[in-house]
Amino acid sequence: MSDEEEIILSELNDEELVDQMFDDLYDGLKEEIEEGVNILLERGWSPYRILTEALVGGMTIVGHDFRDGILFVPEVLLAANAMKGGMAILKPLLVETGAPRVGKMVIGTVKGDIHDIGKNLVGMMMEGAGFEVVDLGINNAVESYLDALESEQPDILGMSALLTTTMPYMKVVIDTLVEKGLRDDYIVLVGGAPLNEEFGKAIGADAYCRDAAVAVETAKEFMGRKHNALSA
Amino acid sequence: MTNALTRLLETRDWLLADGATGTNLFNMGLMSGDAPELWNVDEPEKIKALYRIAVDAGSDLFLTNSFGGNASRLKLHNAEKRVRELNRIAAELGREVADASGRTVVVAGSVGPTGEIMQPVGSLSHESAVEMFHEQAEGLKEGGADVLWLETISAPEEFRAAAEGFALAGMPWCGTMSFDTAGRTMMGVTSADLVKLVEDLPNPPIGFGANCGVGASDLLRTVLGFSAQGTERPIISKGNAGIPKYEDGHIHYDGTPPLMAEYAVMARDAGATIIGGCCGTKGEHLVAMKEALETREKSDRPSLEKITEALGGFSSAQDGTEEGGDAPKRRRRRRG
Repeated sequence: MSDEEEIILSELNDEELVDQMFDDLYDGLKEEIEEGVNILLERGWSPYRILTEALVGGMTIVGHDFRDGILFVPEVLLAANAMKGGMAILKPLLVETGAPRVGKMVIGTVKGDIHDIGKNLVGMMMEGAGFEVVDLGINNAVESYLDALESEQPDILGMSALLTTTMPYMKVVIDTLVEKGLRDDYIVLVGGAPLNEEFGKAIGADAYCRDAAVAVETAKEFMGRKHNALSA
Repeated sequence: MTNALTRLLETRDWLLADGATGTNLFNMGLMSGDAPELWNVDEPEKIKALYRIAVDAGSDLFLTNSFGGNASRLKLHNAEKRVRELNRIAAELGREVADASGRTVVVAGSVGPTGEIMQPVGSLSHESAVEMFHEQAEGLKEGGADVLWLETISAPEEFRAAAEGFALAGMPWCGTMSFDTAGRTMMGVTSADLVKLVEDLPNPPIGFGANCGVGASDLLRTVLGFSAQGTERPIISKGNAGIPKYEDGHIHYDGTPPLMAEYAVMARDAGATIIGGCCGTKGEHLVAMKEALETREKSDRPSLEKITEALGGFSSAQDGTEEGGDAPKRRRRRRG
């Protein structure tokens, strides 16, 4: 067993280093991730390549194991926190270099509902997947969603509810979007413990996402379709 | 120190708890967006009517309308200064209904999660959590609750903090977690973990168990997981009445009274002593559950196959208590 040995990140070649960063993200080691990002930058990697290959790659593994019931919320939060450490270094550089945008999401818990653990988790996993996330917090009335959609111009609107008493409010928001002729401008994703696919369909959302990992996969899929539609 | 719940448990093989709070209040006109706890002051007659649903159906205990009555949750309705008042009145109204029933009905002061994630992963400190739970406990105690009833918890840290807050109020309590993620709580706690957690507390609860979660099948698998640990402590089973469905702008649960009756009998067979419902469980469900518990003989622990046959499949293949430990396995770790 060589597990006892201290790993010196700077002595690893690029491929080994990225693999090690996958493991470090998995274990939620923020300082190690920050170090790894800095080493790759020094070696001339573009910020966008570090984001997609090292960080998003690593968070994808975390997402899969969360979806499969191997990792649970505490581990995912630690991983997301480590990812954030890396992102803090990359963010200004990504803007500077004009890197392509993966997508932007406005997310919030609906009016009357104060639960935000699930919503925060989705936000973090979306950031982990390279999306820009604008978090509206909890207890959002339809006006709050509309204002944010106008000012932020996101690709995706995400709504969360944990209570059966608050989940119908999602329909109020979607109906308002339809009324104003805005519904087709956004991908609408909904989630929360008492929801299911049938409910998502019934209220006119694009998709119901069972958990944060599924939310990321669904968001990517819809963004892909959107790009295809634009280039067609 | 004795309390109404302990006394009932000494003389009875099973107790019927209550059903849903949110579902029933919604049916009484609670609007999406309102804090149910404010109704303790604004609509006391409706809250008493809610309690009477359980009492009239024959429940031995019911939970007060105080689930979201901690400072962290009430803050979102700018009512964080009313914790003591809203909890006291929730219990007072309960006391009034229970005492008018002409039999022993336990008033259990409901305490839900803070909704925040605790340190080190989140930002809520142990001290603040204990303080919040203590404050709520004092209100419920003042209003005459027989016991406190912690429910829908997912983090072990929060369960411990609540226990500590209840100890400060000198109140006996029960506590349940919600096992809704691949047979575990959102934070990864298995049924076996909760048994250990409970026994390691300096002030263990009178009873412990599971509430809410996914469907009746999953809940029974969790109860089997508790009883497999050989615990002597009464086990609580409060499952949802099926799965929520959305029709014409309203939510209703698809679990019928006969299905919940089957669930109640199987919960007892699986080792539960305190049996009730959670979301979607109305008076007619409780009546059917009581009748089944009274008329049907206790039988052997149900197998997972039997549960599936009677109540439907599980939401996940495993629940983290399988032989050989933590399968499927985590990936390799960085250092030893």
